[in-house]
Amino acid sequence: MDLAFSDDDLAFRDEVRVFVKDNLPADIAESVRQGRAIDKPDIQRWQRILFDQGWAAPGWPVEYGGTGWDATKRYIFDEAMSEFDTPETVPFGLLMVGPLIYTFGTDAQKERFLPKILNGEEWWCQGYSEPGAGSDLASLQTKAVLDGDHYVVNGTKTWNSSAHIADWTFTLVRTSSEGKQQEGISFLLIDMKTPGIDPNPIVSIDGGHHFNMTYYTDVQVPVENRIGEENKGWTYAKYLLGHERQSISEVGLSKQRLRRLKSIAGEERSDGESLMDDKSFAKKVAEAEVLLTSHEYLNLRFLAEEAAGRPIGAEVSLLKIRGTEIRQQLTELTIEALGYYAAPFELEQLTDGWNEPSIGPEYAAAQMPQYLFSRAATIYGGSNEIQRNIIAKMVLGL
Amino acid sequence: MDFSLSEEQQLLKDSVQRFVRDEYVLESRRKLVASDTGYSEDNWAKMAELGWLAMPLPEEFGGIGGGAVETMVLMEEFGRGLVVEPYMSSIVIGGGFLVAGGSKEQKTELLPKLAAGELKLAFAYAERQSRFDLNDVECKAEKSGDGYSISGHKGVVFHAATADKIVVSARTSGGSRDAAGITLFLIDNNSSGLTRRDYPTVDGLRASELEMDGVAGTVLGKVGGGAALMDEVVGQAIAAICAEAVGCMDVLQETTNEYLKTRVQFGVPLSKFQVLQHRMVDMFMECEQARSMCYMVNLKIADEDPTERAKAVSAAKVQIGNSGRYVGQQSVQLHGGMGMTDELHVGHYFKRLTMIDTMFGNKDHHLKRYADL
Amino acid sequence: MDIQFRDGDLAFQAEVRQFIGENLPADLRDKVQHGLHLDKEDYVFWQRKLNERGWFAPHWPVELGGVEWRPTQHYIFQNELVEGYCPPVMPFGVRMVAPVIFTYGSAEQKQRFLPGILDSTAWWCQGYSEPGSGSDLASLQTKAVREGDHYIVNGTKTWTTLAQFSDWIFCLVRTSNQGKPQEGISFLLIDMKSPGIEVTPIITIDGSHEVNSVFFTDVRVPVENLIGEENDGWTYAKFLLLFERSNSLTGGLKQQLHRLRTIADQERANGAALSADPGFAAQLADYEVQLRTYEFLELRTLGNPNPGAEASYLKIIGTDLQQLASELTLRAVAHYGNPYIRDALVHGYNQPAVGPDYAAPAAPQYFNYRKTAIYAGSNEIQRNILSKAVLGM
Ligand SMILES: Cc1cc2nc3c(=O)[nH]c(=O)nc-3n(C[C@H](O)[C@H](O)[C@H](O)COP(=O)(O)OP(=O)(O)OC[C@H]3O[C@@H](n4cnc5c(N)ncnc54)[C@H](O)[C@@H]3O)c2cc1C
Ligand SMILES: Cc1cc2nc3c(=O)[nH]c(=O)nc-3n(C[C@H](O)[C@H](O)[C@H](O)COP(=O)(O)OP(=O)(O)OC[C@H]3O[C@@H](n4cnc5c(N)ncnc54)[C@H](O)[C@@H]3O)c2cc1C
Repeated sequence: MDLAFSDDDLAFRDEVRVFVKDNLPADIAESVRQGRAIDKPDIQRWQRILFDQGWAAPGWPVEYGGTGWDATKRYIFDEAMSEFDTPETVPFGLLMVGPLIYTFGTDAQKERFLPKILNGEEWWCQGYSEPGAGSDLASLQTKAVLDGDHYVVNGTKTWNSSAHIADWTFTLVRTSSEGKQQEGISFLLIDMKTPGIDPNPIVSIDGGHHFNMTYYTDVQVPVENRIGEENKGWTYAKYLLGHERQSISEVGLSKQRLRRLKSIAGEERSDGESLMDDKSFAKKVAEAEVLLTSHEYLNLRFLAEEAAGRPIGAEVSLLKIRGTEIRQQLTELTIEALGYYAAPFELEQLTDGWNEPSIGPEYAAAQMPQYLFSRAATIYGGSNEIQRNIIAKMVLGL
Repeated sequence: MDFSLSEEQQLLKDSVQRFVRDEYVLESRRKLVASDTGYSEDNWAKMAELGWLAMPLPEEFGGIGGGAVETMVLMEEFGRGLVVEPYMSSIVIGGGFLVAGGSKEQKTELLPKLAAGELKLAFAYAERQSRFDLNDVECKAEKSGDGYSISGHKGVVFHAATADKIVVSARTSGGSRDAAGITLFLIDNNSSGLTRRDYPTVDGLRASELEMDGVAGTVLGKVGGGAALMDEVVGQAIAAICAEAVGCMDVLQETTNEYLKTRVQFGVPLSKFQVLQHRMVDMFMECEQARSMCYMVNLKIADEDPTERAKAVSAAKVQIGNSGRYVGQQSVQLHGGMGMTDELHVGHYFKRLTMIDTMFGNKDHHLKRYADL
Repeated sequence: MDIQFRDGDLAFQAEVRQFIGENLPADLRDKVQHGLHLDKEDYVFWQRKLNERGWFAPHWPVELGGVEWRPTQHYIFQNELVEGYCPPVMPFGVRMVAPVIFTYGSAEQKQRFLPGILDSTAWWCQGYSEPGSGSDLASLQTKAVREGDHYIVNGTKTWTTLAQFSDWIFCLVRTSNQGKPQEGISFLLIDMKSPGIEVTPIITIDGSHEVNSVFFTDVRVPVENLIGEENDGWTYAKFLLLFERSNSLTGGLKQQLHRLRTIADQERANGAALSADPGFAAQLADYEVQLRTYEFLELRTLGNPNPGAEASYLKIIGTDLQQLASELTLRAVAHYGNPYIRDALVHGYNQPAVGPDYAAPAAPQYFNYRKTAIYAGSNEIQRNILSKAVLGM
């Protein structure tokens, strides 16, 4: 057991800090600090900067453009990034389909897709869920029928985050109705510009347009866009879910949020003093911080396992559960800190061109949408109930 | 001891229920929320016609003379419908101030108009530094001629844009956090020196920031008697908003239960999973507890002992805050992706419940107040 | 709607208080107030006092010794007893088996058993649970085989509270294996002095001897001790469970709160009373708010002749609060939750207390109170009941 970093690690940390400090665009940092949604061009801009430095995908193997860092370095990197107001990584390309492609894809697929994921040029979305298939994903019905060298895809996908701004989607489709449900599913990469794809906005409770209902009508997908074997899609999807859950631990993000919470509570007044001096509020912030610390150490333990080459099992669900709960706790405390100024809801304030004075304190406007949207975190990526089912079965053997 | 409604109260309940059912399907509410005023003048006129605006006002001034239980009945159903008309601001609070503090002339002039739907009121109390302390007041009122001139900022004033007159708390003496030295004033919404910034709120209502620079105000109640008056009327408002919250929670509890029975995953309705059953039971128990406290506070709000009254108010607000949070958050959770959509009514009830906790002090504030009483 | 007690209620309340004042000896009151151990004689003494006044079995039919009170009066009565630190009434006879006897028993059974319950000469215990049958009570296996005018009973009952003091036990036994498990159960009253009954103690985590295992080996029980019909025992058991769950807990919770407050006033933290510490004060206030909520929840269900669902959620919320109070109390005494001197819990212990004298029962009570969420139908089972019966899930 050893918690200390080597000199080399410490030097690396300084390097990352200096780099981020010198290169993170001020306008992006400001938006992150305010908790505003960061739009696609800004995220691409930042990813390009990281890409040029060779740091776009720390977790990828070196041969595909990764860094080759060990678990400790990756942790240090994330940690150093979270000390600054860097935008959250959009997971679909870098954390989800990318690893899937370099693990199960053909050489042609790797060549075609990985570079543009890495430099942020192509934007991906995930097409798994359907109206009738949420937690029970294996019951999905979107059909793909092979016709010559194309699949013809028909059906409806829903809750597709970013589908309206994505260039590509990775989808699960039904290619067979024989045997168990899981055994007839294939994994397709689909160009969003293909005729017959129609994403429709779904407005969420925070008033934003994050996700979509996407209709597929006779959409032609070349066979070479299938990942791995036909009817083996479920295996790949499960592999990917493992990845998704780990990235969902959100330690760095939560640290950013905690910082924002403290700074807001420091500004807010209560009983004539700073809200951070209010005992009961300070206690709740401290409780959240303690939870976050224990979550961070849980995360470190998993990293250490991984570094030692031991496989991580279903325990990884713990990270998803705790990570998302902490996120909700922090966003909730933040709106609590605002008092009455949680109520004003003028979404225009969050858009770039807004230049009127803010309603109440300038940090207020972005917080309520953040809180509301954070309610989704315990639903997507396999709901927390489903994660608990998984732990009960796979870890506890219940 | 008796927790049942009288015959008249039951009739009142039936008629509000009808109104909510007919006028308040989610689509029509959505239109109201998006409209210029944020609610419907027709609905307001209907409420006047049905006697609801007059309900809590005294008979001698054109009212019906109902008590807290009648208001509770109305507010609960309004909660079920997520009604956006300014009943709370105008009648419960504005009317409450006139009844408790208004002079004979003010009552004679204003109450009949209020009851008839010809006058609307709002209440400006929050300031940037005040958080939930009603007595943390920096707005200043100075004597000018035979009236007062008010200057300062008020924040998140619900329904200010459509009010004819606004009740404003301002300091006539004392330091900024003293209970003594606060006076309530009535100001006209079109006064010179008043600048308003109007905006929507997250739960579908309207509010404004007020900037006052020498606005003319007439005293409501006694000079320096604002704190006591606010304590009394805000207590009544809290009792009423608890009822609204109970209405919201019941709808969420019923809807979620229904949804779990119809939504099939893994080949069975979600209601067959024990974790979800137990979660629903916990939601149900929260609803029942909230209802108990809602009855309690509405029955005790007229108690002669001010400490007993204040304790009842704070205890109820704490319970409502806790229950509302649990029921709201879990309703979204158990609806999965659907719970996150703007289209489904669940999110709107959730947002209203979230903001009800903040109104007049959240659970932490009232827990502290309760402990100090 | 109103929540005023009527004049009659207030007079009644005064009457109950006066009765307690005149009849409860100070040392007994002390024991209860400080959470010390009570002997069988203590219970019996107090139950007889109540009985002399005609108040021991108020919910019984008047002709059998009950009183004709309004629901509010029952409520006041129960809560006054608790708030006055009277020893609790042992429920097994008067509140549990007696209603079964006077509802389903024969005339002979009523005559034979009820008087002993009323004057506390016969002490009862409840023989339901078995090692293999807890929540799933209907799976019980203790067998009763009819042989002439006797049943021969063989099997094991467990968790039997106070069996060590009991004269009688009411038991659920299996008389048939046909049909559903519920359909082969009978309700027997068994004399604890019958040959073949053996009682062995089970010591609970707080170190006390409250529960027992009861072994039955060829125990002969006269047929006339069968309640109602053979194989209909489940019906009677369900009826009884309702009574078991519909006890008001408010008074006891208030008592716990009171004790907790007294302790928090005397404990010191940061140079002031613990009760003045904002963090602890907030927790106390939070508890008090929950208790108030519970009280009004109980009041709303008062007088409901058919407490089904309500009884289930009152059980859950009430026992949660019992546990919470005991937990806060343990936290309040801080380090002095550690010393464990068994004798310090017995009245008359005359060594000086280790630490403050109120500290000794805190930990044992906290540990002991974990039971409340388990017995009388665990809180999980209550949630199952509610989801089915109320929410139709
Ligand atoms: C903001 C957001 C973004 C999303 N982005 C995407 C995306 O980009 N691509 C994509 O494909 N999908 C996306 N999703 C969909 C997400 O994966 C699903 O919402 C999720 O799988 C849950 O499915 P559901 O919404 O149909 O809920 P349901 O499966 O209907 O579940 C409803 C409730 O029942 C519970 N439940 C279900 N089954 C069980 C069980 N067996 N035991 C206990 N509890 C159970 C759930 O936990 C939930 O609380 C997104 C969702 C949200 C909210
Ligand atoms: C102090 C004490 C005194 C008692 N006194 C008596 C007495 O005098 N006479 C008597 O007959 N009995 C008595 N009991 C027994 C009591 O009724 C049982 O303990 C109770 O019925 C639970 O049974 P069990 O202990 O076998 O637990 P189990 O039934 O084995 O339950 C273990 C756990 O699983 C949970 N569980 C079980 N089934 C389900 C389900 N379907 N869904 C969800 N969760 C479930 C339970 O809630 C519990 O948490 C007493 C118990 C205690 C602790």
